[in-house]
Amino acid sequence: MEETLKIIVLVKHVPDAQLDRHLNGADYTTDRAESILSELDEYALEAALQLTEAQGGKGAGHQVIALSMGPAGAANAIKKSLQIGATEGVHLKDDALAGSDAAATSLALAATVRYLSAGSPVDLILTGMASTDGETSLVPAQLAERLGLPQVTFASELEISAGRITARRDSDTHYDTIEAPLPAVVSVTDQINEPRFPNFKGIIAAKRKTIITLSLADIGVNPAEVGLSGSWTAVQNAEPRPPRTAGTIITDEGDAGIQLVDFLAAQKLL
Amino acid sequence: MANVLVFIDNQSPTLKKSSLELLTIARTLGEPVAAFNGEFNDDVAAALSSYGVTAVYRPGSADLDDYLVAPKAAYLAEAVAATGAGTVLIENSSDGKEIAARLGIKLGAGVVTDVVGVEADGGAHKSVLAGSYKTVCRATTPVSILTVKANSVTPEPAPTATTPESVTIEVPAAATANAARITGRSNKATSGRPDLLDARIVVAGGRGVDGDFGPVEELADALGAAVGASRAATDAGWISHDAQVGQTGKTVSPELYISAGISGAVQQKAGMQTAKVIVAINNDAESPVFEIADFGIVGDLFEVLPQATAEIKKRKG
Ligand SMILES: Cc1cc2nc3c(=O)[nH]c(=O)nc-3n(C[C@H](O)[C@H](O)[C@H](O)COP(=O)(O)OP(=O)(O)OC[C@H]3O[C@@H](n4cnc5c(N)ncnc54)[C@H](O)[C@@H]3O)c2cc1C
Ligand SMILES: Nc1ncnc2c1ncn2[C@@H]1O[C@H](COP(=O)(O)O)[C@@H](O)[C@H]1O
Repeated sequence: MEETLKIIVLVKHVPDAQLDRHLNGADYTTDRAESILSELDEYALEAALQLTEAQGGKGAGHQVIALSMGPAGAANAIKKSLQIGATEGVHLKDDALAGSDAAATSLALAATVRYLSAGSPVDLILTGMASTDGETSLVPAQLAERLGLPQVTFASELEISAGRITARRDSDTHYDTIEAPLPAVVSVTDQINEPRFPNFKGIIAAKRKTIITLSLADIGVNPAEVGLSGSWTAVQNAEPRPPRTAGTIITDEGDAGIQLVDFLAAQKLL
Repeated sequence: MANVLVFIDNQSPTLKKSSLELLTIARTLGEPVAAFNGEFNDDVAAALSSYGVTAVYRPGSADLDDYLVAPKAAYLAEAVAATGAGTVLIENSSDGKEIAARLGIKLGAGVVTDVVGVEADGGAHKSVLAGSYKTVCRATTPVSILTVKANSVTPEPAPTATTPESVTIEVPAAATANAARITGRSNKATSGRPDLLDARIVVAGGRGVDGDFGPVEELADALGAAVGASRAATDAGWISHDAQVGQTGKTVSPELYISAGISGAVQQKAGMQTAKVIVAINNDAESPVFEIADFGIVGDLFEVLPQATAEIKKRKG
């Protein structure tokens, strides 16, 4: 039996890690000027596409909704998700959201998920293992807690059947098999798949897909509950890490291995 | 003094070093109390009393380990209520961070992850943006939850031991109702080498080893080091994913990190740039890894590593 799936994929627009990244202003908020779709969220999107493809693919009426909370530029992360294969996009955008920590972000995202569930229930919320800027991995667990849903996190394999999800989760010492009923919040690692690139057909098709923009008023969230004022943590001080002092670089002329051991001995590391 | 609740999720017969570190930090912030899950034996009891714990809270049901994190957060919420703790310390593992996450929502408490040091007033030190900034963060809520990285402090027993009282906390029945279950577990093979996260020295190989980790492993064994790898090497299947160092692998801070055949991409640096001494061997002088190396060798790792290994063995006799 094939079911029609309604999947929300959480995609974040983050500063490009290949460039220098900065914290700005009195509250040390992240500079989002040169941002991209968080690479780790591409694995979640790919997982969503593979799940729908395993159940009849395009003609089957599955929904893969790319949801991003962020300033105007976040629309680019959603656009890229549509080019890769998401069927629709949702952009939660409101000036009051700036500076939200994980607690405030999960509050706003939970309200958006409820809003998007109003017509028909959501089966699955897929996320990345961590945002490449916040790097906390808090949002998926907090979203699950706020929505009262089971959380299946750090999945490196994923399967759904008969309204249940089965995942493999790796820890340092063991592999676990995790099972939960749907709907569930599921985060995936970069081991789960090989994300596809947008192709020409996808780029053309994305032009016909819609991005719905929602404000806090639309989802019924009080602006005081989010942003800096609604956050439960604050950055009190931030200093760029001093660059490492330049080291000694030698070119091997046949005895570099010996010189390496001399260096280690001098540093008392042998 | 205010209570500081330390969550000890113990899966072995003795307390982990990281748990002792949390207790050591707790004593600097207030009166340490422990919420304990796992096998509670005489060794554990003795360790808790020598670390100055004044009360031990244990769950009334034993099946918390059958579920993924959610019921542990429910248990901790009850423990915080019972102790009136203003600070909760949890280890910074993936489970620990997620327990903290859910606990934070239950209590309306701010969570700071990846903490490497805590000031007496609760300010928490952590690095952000892949180590490019050092910050002081704090929870602005009545209760603050901190997940603390291993090896942040040296464990130190209390000046005087305590006789902790023992309290049972009932876990709400609803806590397991809609939680994900752990239905299977298999242990990973161990390498016999030091654990990557605790090792004093790490020797890591990348795409440059071209399928052959032999020279990396031999140097590691001569130095008593752990073996690490770049994602290019683990993705190629040359070595287990457990060895991966970096943004989506492990973060290590050893005294010495030897990088061989690794270019030094930002995601690799995220996991190793806080090492005290960095040595890089790469045959491309333009490789970015040389920007962070204290000692860099432009050369072929298949020449340099075996020569160094032989020299170490010779000197060690
Ligand atoms: C979302 C995301 C997460 C990632 N997470 C991680 C992570 O956690 N860890 C990680 O490492 N990477 C991670 N990466 C990948 C990272 O961007 C790089 O692609 C990867 O680190 C490259 O590995 P490498 O340096 O081994 O390979 P390359 O970049 O190909 O470098 C190989 C190096 O070996 C040198 N070399 C070749 N032959 C020899 C020889 N005989 N002797 C000496 N030197 C030689 C070459 O000059 C070259 O510099 C991630 C990427 C993304 C997008
Ligand atoms: N502002 C956001 N918009 C959409 N998704 C987000 C946002 N912040 C976090 N997420 C999701 O939550 C995951 C974990 O993020 P974090 O908890 O910040 O490490 C990311 O990989 C995203 O899938």
